Amino acid sequence: MSEYLTHEYDVLVIGAGGAGLRAAAEASAGGAKVAVISKSLLGKAHTVMAEGGIAAALANVDERDSWQVHFADTMRGGQYLNSWRMAELHAKEAPGCVRELEAWGAVFDRTVDGRILQRNFGGHRYPRLAHVGDRTGLEMIRTLQDHDVHLGMDVFMEYTVVTLLKNSDRVAGAFGYDRERGRFHVFRAKAVVLATGGIGRAYKITSNSWEYTGDGHSLAYHAGAALMDMEFVQFHPTGMIWPPSVRGILVTEGVRGEGGVLRNGDGRRFMFDDIPAAYANQTADTEEEGWRYTQGDKNARRPPELLTRDHVARCIRREVKEGRGSPHGGVFLDIAWIKERIPNAAEHIKRKLPSMYHQFKQLADIDITQEPMEVGPTTHYMMGGIRVDPDSQMSDVPGLFAAGECGAGLHGANRLGGNSLSDLLVFGKRAGEYAARYARENSLGTINPDEVALAEKQALAPFESDSTEGPYAVQYALQDMMQDLVGIVRQENEMLQALERIEQLKARAQRVGVSGNREYNPGWHTAIDLNNLLTVSELVTRAALERKESRGAHFRDDYPAKDGKFGSFNIVIRKGAGGDPQIIREPIPEMSAELKKIIEEMK
Amino acid sequence: MATATFRIWRGEKGSGKFRDYSTEVTPGMVVLDSVHHIQAEQANDLAVRWNCKAGKCGSCSAEINGMPKLMCMTRLNSLPLEQPVTIEPMKAFPHVKDLVTELSWNYGVKKRIAKFKPRRPDAPDGTWRMVQEDVDRVQEFRKCIECYLCQDVCHVLREHHMHDQFIGPRFLVYAAALEMHPLDDADRIPNLRTQDGIGLCNITKCCTKVCPENITITDNAIIPLKERVVDRFFDPLTKLLRMFKAGSG
Repeated sequence: MSEYLTHEYDVLVIGAGGAGLRAAAEASAGGAKVAVISKSLLGKAHTVMAEGGIAAALANVDERDSWQVHFADTMRGGQYLNSWRMAELHAKEAPGCVRELEAWGAVFDRTVDGRILQRNFGGHRYPRLAHVGDRTGLEMIRTLQDHDVHLGMDVFMEYTVVTLLKNSDRVAGAFGYDRERGRFHVFRAKAVVLATGGIGRAYKITSNSWEYTGDGHSLAYHAGAALMDMEFVQFHPTGMIWPPSVRGILVTEGVRGEGGVLRNGDGRRFMFDDIPAAYANQTADTEEEGWRYTQGDKNARRPPELLTRDHVARCIRREVKEGRGSPHGGVFLDIAWIKERIPNAAEHIKRKLPSMYHQFKQLADIDITQEPMEVGPTTHYMMGGIRVDPDSQMSDVPGLFAAGECGAGLHGANRLGGNSLSDLLVFGKRAGEYAARYARENSLGTINPDEVALAEKQALAPFESDSTEGPYAVQYALQDMMQDLVGIVRQENEMLQALERIEQLKARAQRVGVSGNREYNPGWHTAIDLNNLLTVSELVTRAALERKESRGAHFRDDYPAKDGKFGSFNIVIRKGAGGDPQIIREPIPEMSAELKKIIEEMK
Repeated sequence: MATATFRIWRGEKGSGKFRDYSTEVTPGMVVLDSVHHIQAEQANDLAVRWNCKAGKCGSCSAEINGMPKLMCMTRLNSLPLEQPVTIEPMKAFPHVKDLVTELSWNYGVKKRIAKFKPRRPDAPDGTWRMVQEDVDRVQEFRKCIECYLCQDVCHVLREHHMHDQFIGPRFLVYAAALEMHPLDDADRIPNLRTQDGIGLCNITKCCTKVCPENITITDNAIIPLKERVVDRFFDPLTKLLRMFKAGSG
């Protein structure tokens, strides 16, 4: 391996968002020699964009909250396709993880008696989200980043992994390049944690940055790990829609948590028109009751704007499609109206939602304290991902772990807002702990030089191509296609067409040529990322074809109802011996009696 | 469709030149949109950092018409488009390529600052109590998105290149966030005076003016830290008086 820069670690963490940094901290604390690979600079990962808060049943604001209620809310939100064991661990361990962040320096908003304040969010029965205004993700990533750098780990900033390396069936490391110089590196590691985040860049309208090309999903899949729930892509109901250049940028659910309401073009609060049966008992009957809920009245039930994201997104789409949208093809989200209810409303809004205020003021010339915002659904989050053991987070590939968005299980068919940041902490910690343990019990694997040479050749192919096909054109074509054919509402003939188009795009991606040299060349990096985007796009489409029902974030026009028999299994995909995806309907394991009882009691 | 010209610095490691690119302009666009259009259509290898495109990650810092700004938050309608819009990399850091600079110095500086060290928990369950008013003060500093525009504009770094003697406004804000953290017990005052070089700041407030998060860097972070340094090392009388006042108040 003399021709490559080679590094050796006990635990290699790929990804430096919340999950990666939490995993790295835990592995370091467990005595492992740790490296973190960060696709961007440290502290810039998508976690920074998270706004609303971290869901944890601290019960600081409402003493009726408990891990049991959080567990039941998570399962209901996920339409019972969740890994119940992960949902249980998550609900039990999230409060400790939030307190730990505080011990590491995070400064959350406070209750009157000086404890961590919690806010309302969609699908959560009680105020549960620990938060810092509307910049909770920034607080979290900065806290983790500042904590981690004192633990003695090495951080490789602006490095990208192009393939995982294996030694027979177990993981042996990873192969990648640094952006600045374009040099290749071999990372040998006893254990590898994937914490690469989501796949949002497969779609045209997304809240995700350039990094979210499904790298971890694709790396794991090609390394032989099983992926699960790939049909469940979350479209967040409220993204900015106007002006065109800001389309997709997230508008936090916190706006609705603070009393913001959704209205259609006719001024009607359309969310009252369609309330799913599973939530009827928990939803306000009147606008008045909904308002009281947002202001902390414990006897009131939540307004329908705080139903789960999948449902709200579909209601918005329906209003627009049936001609009741706002001028630019969305609906109105109004927080300014609260001035009818409280004094100094403008100041209150600026204090509670400062970054939303600035975002709209600067990017859209809208003062949200005075006028409504225009919003519409945006691709936000991937529920599906690498199938892991719920306790250890290890995938099917020995030594390969996954945490955070690139892992699957916790969220089932739909993620509740706020459950992502807690997911990163709880399962990042677990992945780091078990990866360090695996590293203690195993030695370094052997690297196969042929595997490395092949990966290098493939990575450099765009420089050899004399085709005029550029990487961005292929990426845009894929994003347009996925948005149109495998988006928020799906049907079989469109998805079959999508599979054909993916094959054509794969052929185009093979030909892509890039100009310039290997030093900090975004065109080249985009060409490499195309492989991952095409892999995850195909897997999303295949899983979505297989699930012939509508459930959670997956909505089929040709099968618009939920079908009980599809509620008993997850769709699992793995790479077959011939290289084609193999789809398995995998039965959900029987839930323990204790957990069943909790769900029954909370219905 | 209207077009505008963007005069972008192209080159590697300090050598380079401006190149002009014309591209379409539509309502609502920001400078980063234009850079992306140019990258996709005319210059695939144009090096630029960006992530969130919403002013939250601090990746896309550059000098636009000579002003340090985030490209994602600079609307084209705020610029005179009848003349070329110049876009250059930050000047206070070594150049890498096109609009990208070498920022690792900043990460090294931060690591040198004593980490957060909480006091013993206030409650038997291991938690603390803090009042919102105390929290507000450090939350202002913790809004920082580490775009390093304040470092870029600081003349101690930009003109005098005193990177080995002065940590710059970003890390004075970071130190202030720790020093004023209601739970923190560590002492950073001696280092602020010596290795961090707080005395080199002569409060021209250039950093405050460019902060995209509107953090009052000079008045709320640097000046109070300077006062703490002065109180500790240069003015025992004031220190005594303050202790007396605090004791009687």
